[in-house]
Amino acid sequence: MILTLLWTDIMVWILLFTIVVWSWVVSGSPQVKKQWHTIFKSSIAMASATVLLFYLLFTLLDSVHFRLATPSTDTKSQQVQYGEMTSLLDLLFSHNIKNTERTYSAPFATHEYAKSIVVDANGVTKQAYLPLKHVSNNNDLLQKSMFAIFMGIVMGGSLIFLHMVWRKKRGFKSELPWRTAYLTLLFLTVIFTWFYMLSYHYHVLGTDKVGGDVLYHSLKSIRTGVLIGVLTTLIMLPVAIILGVSAGLFGGWVDDVIQYLYTTLSSIPGVLLIAAGVLSMQVMMDNNPTWFETTLERSDLRLLFLILILGITSWTGLCRLLRAETLKISQIEFVTAAKAFGVGKFTIIRRHIIPNLMHIILISIVLDFSGLVLAEAVLSYVGVGVDPTMHSWGNMINQARLEMAREPMVWWSLFSAFVFMFILVLAANLLSDRIQIVLDPRNKS
Amino acid sequence: MFGYIIKRLLYAIPILIGVNLITFILFFMVNSPEDMARAQLGAKQVTPQMIQAWKEQRGYEKPLFINDKATGISKATDTLFVQESLKLFSFNFGISDSNRDIGSDIKERMGPSLAIALPTFLIALITNISLALLLVLFRGSALDTSMMIVAVMIMSISGLFYIIAGQVLFSKMWHWVPISGYESGWGAVKFTVLPVMIGVFAGIGAGVRWYRSIFLEQINQDYVRTARAKGLSELKVLFGHVLRNGMLPILTGVVVVIPTLFMGSLIMESFFGIPGLGSYTIDAINSQDFAIVKAMVFLGSVLYIIGLILTDISYTLFDPRVKL
Repeated sequence: MILTLLWTDIMVWILLFTIVVWSWVVSGSPQVKKQWHTIFKSSIAMASATVLLFYLLFTLLDSVHFRLATPSTDTKSQQVQYGEMTSLLDLLFSHNIKNTERTYSAPFATHEYAKSIVVDANGVTKQAYLPLKHVSNNNDLLQKSMFAIFMGIVMGGSLIFLHMVWRKKRGFKSELPWRTAYLTLLFLTVIFTWFYMLSYHYHVLGTDKVGGDVLYHSLKSIRTGVLIGVLTTLIMLPVAIILGVSAGLFGGWVDDVIQYLYTTLSSIPGVLLIAAGVLSMQVMMDNNPTWFETTLERSDLRLLFLILILGITSWTGLCRLLRAETLKISQIEFVTAAKAFGVGKFTIIRRHIIPNLMHIILISIVLDFSGLVLAEAVLSYVGVGVDPTMHSWGNMINQARLEMAREPMVWWSLFSAFVFMFILVLAANLLSDRIQIVLDPRNKS
Repeated sequence: MFGYIIKRLLYAIPILIGVNLITFILFFMVNSPEDMARAQLGAKQVTPQMIQAWKEQRGYEKPLFINDKATGISKATDTLFVQESLKLFSFNFGISDSNRDIGSDIKERMGPSLAIALPTFLIALITNISLALLLVLFRGSALDTSMMIVAVMIMSISGLFYIIAGQVLFSKMWHWVPISGYESGWGAVKFTVLPVMIGVFAGIGAGVRWYRSIFLEQINQDYVRTARAKGLSELKVLFGHVLRNGMLPILTGVVVVIPTLFMGSLIMESFFGIPGLGSYTIDAINSQDFAIVKAMVFLGSVLYIIGLILTDISYTLFDPRVKL
C-alpha cells in the first residue's frame, strides 16, 4: 500500500492542523474561551456543531487516498502492482462500488424501475421488471433494520459513554447542553449504521442511471461540498485580511489602490467572472495534459482551480468590511496611545487590530460556507463547476434533472442530493446565526 | 449635483479599464488566440492557414500589448488589447463563434430577461418588506420566532430545488402552466408566472431576515421612543418612522441591483427555456464562446457601476443630511 495524497488532501490536512493549533493557542485566553462557551450554551448551536463534525468526519475519511497492492498476475516480475487510487471511504463502501446494477432502481427496491424486454424459458418475449442483481430477496428488511438500529444504538451509546467518562474525570462542571449533542450524535450514528448495514443487502437510496449506488454518491459528495466551502475561505482569508487592514491603517495611496482593486473586481458579476476563469482554465488544462496522470488527479486539479477562482472572486466583500472596521479601530484611544508610546506598526496590528477584527472574520467564514456549498450546485449546473466525473451534489442534481420527465419520476437521486445539502447548509446557517449573535458587539445587551 | 454625477462617471472609467484588463488577461493571456482557434476549429487537421484566417476574421492577429513592428504611438495602440478595449467601449461586441452579431442578439434578448427579472424584483421587494414589518410588529411573539425558523429553512434549501419542485408540481402534475417556453406580447404571462413566483419564494428567507434586522435596528432608537411617548399608535410608528428611516440601508442594497436586472437570471431562464440574456450566457459558456462571455462580463460591469452611481443619487434624494 502506498499513500498518494491529492493536492486538495494536503490542503485539508493543513487546514485541520491550523484549526487545531489555533484553538490550542486561543484556549489560553479566558475571554475567547468564555465567548465560545456562550456560543455553545445554545442547544441549537451544539446540535449544529455535532452535525458539522459528522460531515467533517466523512470529509477526512475521504481525504486519505492510497493505492492498494493488487495480486500480480505475472509471477515472475518482482515489482508490486498497485491498483486505482482509493480513499478510506471507498474502502468502507467497496461493496457498493462493486455491486452496480444495470440502471435506475428505487430505494429498497428489489426490482428495476422500468420494464425491460425479456425472453422467458418458452421463447416468448414479454415485458417484465428484472430483479436487481445485488439485492437480497428474503423479505427480511424489518429484521435487518432492527438489528442495524440496535447496533447503531450500541455504537452511539458507547461513544457517548466514553465522553461521559472523560467528563466525569473533569468533574461534570460544564453548563453546556451536552444532552442535545448526545441526542444528535445518537440519531446520526443510528441513521448511518442503519444505512450502512443495509447497504450490504439493498440499495438504500436507490441507484442512478448507470446503476451506481446513490447513497455512496451522496456520501462521496460531502468532501466536494465541504472542501469548496472551507478551502475557498482559507484562500481568500489572508488576501482579505492583509489588504483590508493595510488599506484601513495606512491610508493614502495604499488605500486608493486597494479600494480600486476591490471595486473593479466586485463590479464584474460573480458568476460570469467564475465562468470566465473556469473556461480559461479548461482550455489551459486541455492544452497541458501532462499535468495529471489519472482522471482522479484531473478532477482534483480542476477542483483546486475552481476553489482558487472562487477565492479570487470572493475576498472583496470581507476586505471592504475589514477596511472600514480597521479605520474605526485605529481612531480609538488605545491605538492612539499605543502609537504615542512608540509601539511598532506590526505590533499594533497583531495586538490591537486583528483581535478586534476576529468576530467579523469568523462570522464571514461561517456565512460564506453555506453560500459556497449552495453555489457549487448552481455552478455545476451552469457547467463551470467541478469536473463532471467528480462526485458532487451539483453533478447529481444535474444528471437527475433530465429524468424529471420520466413517468413515474426518478426522484431519489435529486432527493438525496438536496437532503444531504440541506442538512449541511442548515447546520451551518444555524451555527452562524448563533456566532453572529454572540460575537457581534452590537448585540452586547 | 450634476458636477457630482460627472465626477462619478469619470471615476467609473478607470474601473471599466480595470475590468477590461482582467477580462483581457483571462481571455487572451491565459489562452493565446492560437489556443482559442484550435479549440474552436475542432480536432480535425488544423493548418496554420486556417488558424491565421480565423484570427484575421476576428482581428486577433495583432500582438497582445506591444507591437514591435509599428512605430511611434501606434507601438502601443496598434495592439490587440487597445483595439479590443476600444471596440468594447463603443459597445461593439463583434461576432460570436456562430457568426452572429452579438450586439443585436443582446438587444433582442433583453426584453424576455426583463419580463422575468422585473416582476420578480418588484414582487419580492413588496412581499419581503411587508412580511418583515409584520414580524417586527409582532416581535418576540411565537409568530416571529417560528417564522424566523422557517426563514432559515427556506434559505438553506438550494434554489435548484424550488425550480425543480415548482416545475414538477405546477406543470407536470397539475398542468396549471406550461413547463417551459416563451412567446412575445401578453402571451408571455403564462410562461413567466411560475419562474417569477419561484424567484420570489426562493429569496423570501434571506430577504425577510435582512429587512427585519434593518427595522429592528431602527426600533431601538431614541426617536422611536419619542414617537411612542407622543402617543402614536404602533402602526403609525412603524410606517411613519421605522420604515422611512430604514429606507436608507434598504436603498444601498436595492438600487444597485436594478440595472443588473437587464442581465436576467442564469438558471431561471435556462430551466424555463426563456430566450433572455441569462440563457444566452449559459449557452455561450457551454459552447465555450469566448466572445459572448466577454461581452456579457463587460455589460454586467457597466450595469453594476451604473447601479452604484444610482445608489449615490438616490441617497441624496432620500436623506436630507447627505449633500453633494
